[in-house]
Amino acid sequence: MSTAHGRGMSRSAGFTPALPALFLLSVVFILPVARFLGFSVEAGNFDWYAQALGKELYLRVLWDTFEIAALVTLFCLLLGYPLGFLIATTTPFWATVGFVFVLLPLWTSVLVRTYAWMVLLGRNGVLNRLLIDAGVVTSPLPLLHNVTGVLIGMVHVLLPYMVLLIYGAVRRLDPAIIQAAQGLGASTWHIFWRIYVPLTMNGIFAGCVIVFVLSLGFFITPALLGGGRVIMIAVLIEQQVRETLNWPFAAALSAVLLAATLLVYALAQRFGREEPAS
Amino acid sequence: MASAQLRLERIGKRFGEVVALDNVSLAVEQGELVTILGPSGSGKTTLLKVVAGFETPDHGSVKVDGTEIAWLPPAKRDIGMVFQHYALFPHLNVRKNVAFPLEMRNTGKSETDRRVTDALELVELAGYDERLPRQLSGGQQQRVALARAIVFSPRLLLLDEPFGALDRKLRETLQLEVRRLQQRLGLTTIFITHDQEEALVLSDRIAVMSKGAIQQIATRAEIYERPVNDFVADFVGESNIFHGVLSAQNTVTLDNGRVLQAKRDAAPGKRLGVLMRPERFLATGDNVFVGDVLEAIYLGASFKLRLRCEHGIELLVRQPARGKLPMVGERLTVGIDADELHLFDL
Repeated sequence: MSTAHGRGMSRSAGFTPALPALFLLSVVFILPVARFLGFSVEAGNFDWYAQALGKELYLRVLWDTFEIAALVTLFCLLLGYPLGFLIATTTPFWATVGFVFVLLPLWTSVLVRTYAWMVLLGRNGVLNRLLIDAGVVTSPLPLLHNVTGVLIGMVHVLLPYMVLLIYGAVRRLDPAIIQAAQGLGASTWHIFWRIYVPLTMNGIFAGCVIVFVLSLGFFITPALLGGGRVIMIAVLIEQQVRETLNWPFAAALSAVLLAATLLVYALAQRFGREEPAS
Repeated sequence: MASAQLRLERIGKRFGEVVALDNVSLAVEQGELVTILGPSGSGKTTLLKVVAGFETPDHGSVKVDGTEIAWLPPAKRDIGMVFQHYALFPHLNVRKNVAFPLEMRNTGKSETDRRVTDALELVELAGYDERLPRQLSGGQQQRVALARAIVFSPRLLLLDEPFGALDRKLRETLQLEVRRLQQRLGLTTIFITHDQEEALVLSDRIAVMSKGAIQQIATRAEIYERPVNDFVADFVGESNIFHGVLSAQNTVTLDNGRVLQAKRDAAPGKRLGVLMRPERFLATGDNVFVGDVLEAIYLGASFKLRLRCEHGIELLVRQPARGKLPMVGERLTVGIDADELHLFDL
């Protein structure tokens, strides 16, 4: 997935160097996707779109998808900012340790990580047994096959992206600016809110956009940890293709998801342009 | 808060095996501007960081008006600092940058407005309130940094090579402005630079640093005329330095065999350094050198000449640019009077 920033793309060489990749992309990606999306209007009308955007059930799925994506983004930011900040400002040794822990999940298959969460979060999972043995709760907490489980799993998968972008933004800050603020009498609290946050807004913004957009199309984690009870739009599309074999409707839903994703990007481009240069 | 007096006592700081500060002591009086002059790696920046609180000394004390501050965090020290690259807050406009230290001190709105306006007027930036740092020239950014450093009436002002990034003309203008401002406000100031000319322009006193220690601290004239060792003699200004021994009263015999007339009343046998400034040579004098011109450079106001004389002595000589520039290979006679020779103990 690219961040589609579009900066620094105008080079004198033009498009020639990109031709092989463009050719490959058209054959293995753009053409099949176009063919698939074409199913949605094969009947010669927009009935499937009317259904996707008109029926309350499906609007509900779309709304839930956005809500879960927003929550995932929020939790990733709340957890990722301190972590990225810490890695960016600590000693080189601890930065390396931090990086290993952040990147390790990124190198592990999503499927493996999701199954691992099922082991941890189930009714008789590791976490519930620990809590019951410790006497914290008397009956198992519902952590799996609901929104909680999906949120935990998705935040875990997407957190590294946020951490890396925040890390980059904090590293780009001139340490003298922080020293200047300290010397002028700013408390840690003020330095964080008045200096770090506004000057790392780029990283925060980019991290949120990436995590939100990736969340919108998430499939494996909601499918497994949601246990069929949390329906995000990608899960719905898969059901249409595999269970009801309704390809035209799946295509219409996919087009809606794609449009929503592009819209988020467009908004991000529009509002993310003004940036303070450090 | 009024400007303060600063006392550094036996400050030591090591980074691993490297001794950055070796028992440095320094006293800066109220309203005085002391320049710390030294090459990079001499420890001057570390010393400044110790005063500002960005570096904790291994031992020693930092006292402002008699109060120990070595363990206070930077935010509690009430010290204004201008950084090498200004370190303005890029997301805040000029007014907000300058207002920052006042806001951090919970100064009231009207008081803040008044003081920011005053400070901006003082650095001649009235009317630039809404500009962002990146919309300003280097010199203007430097003035904003200065306004921000003095707006809260700090007890000390620290300047960390603030003119390094500016072109010569602007640098000279700003140096004089800073000096005037510092004197007008009576600010106790420490100024860091590696540029000896800058040090001579600005300072009440100069502390020459090398290898983590202050080699000499004295007035500008004292540093230039009577350096205490080879390093200071060589680092400040242009110089001809030789080593020798006091062979009789007022007579020095250099290690290369040349005998010079000097002014020194001490027991013979003492080893000495001899400094002759290039511009003190005339057509003749108590000590005459005859030499061949190795190099002749035209510098507008003066000629800079390198001569090879007897005893293998190479001399750097400055002459007012009058008449024709001597030719390379030409034989030239120059002289220097006995009281223009500066002798220092080795």
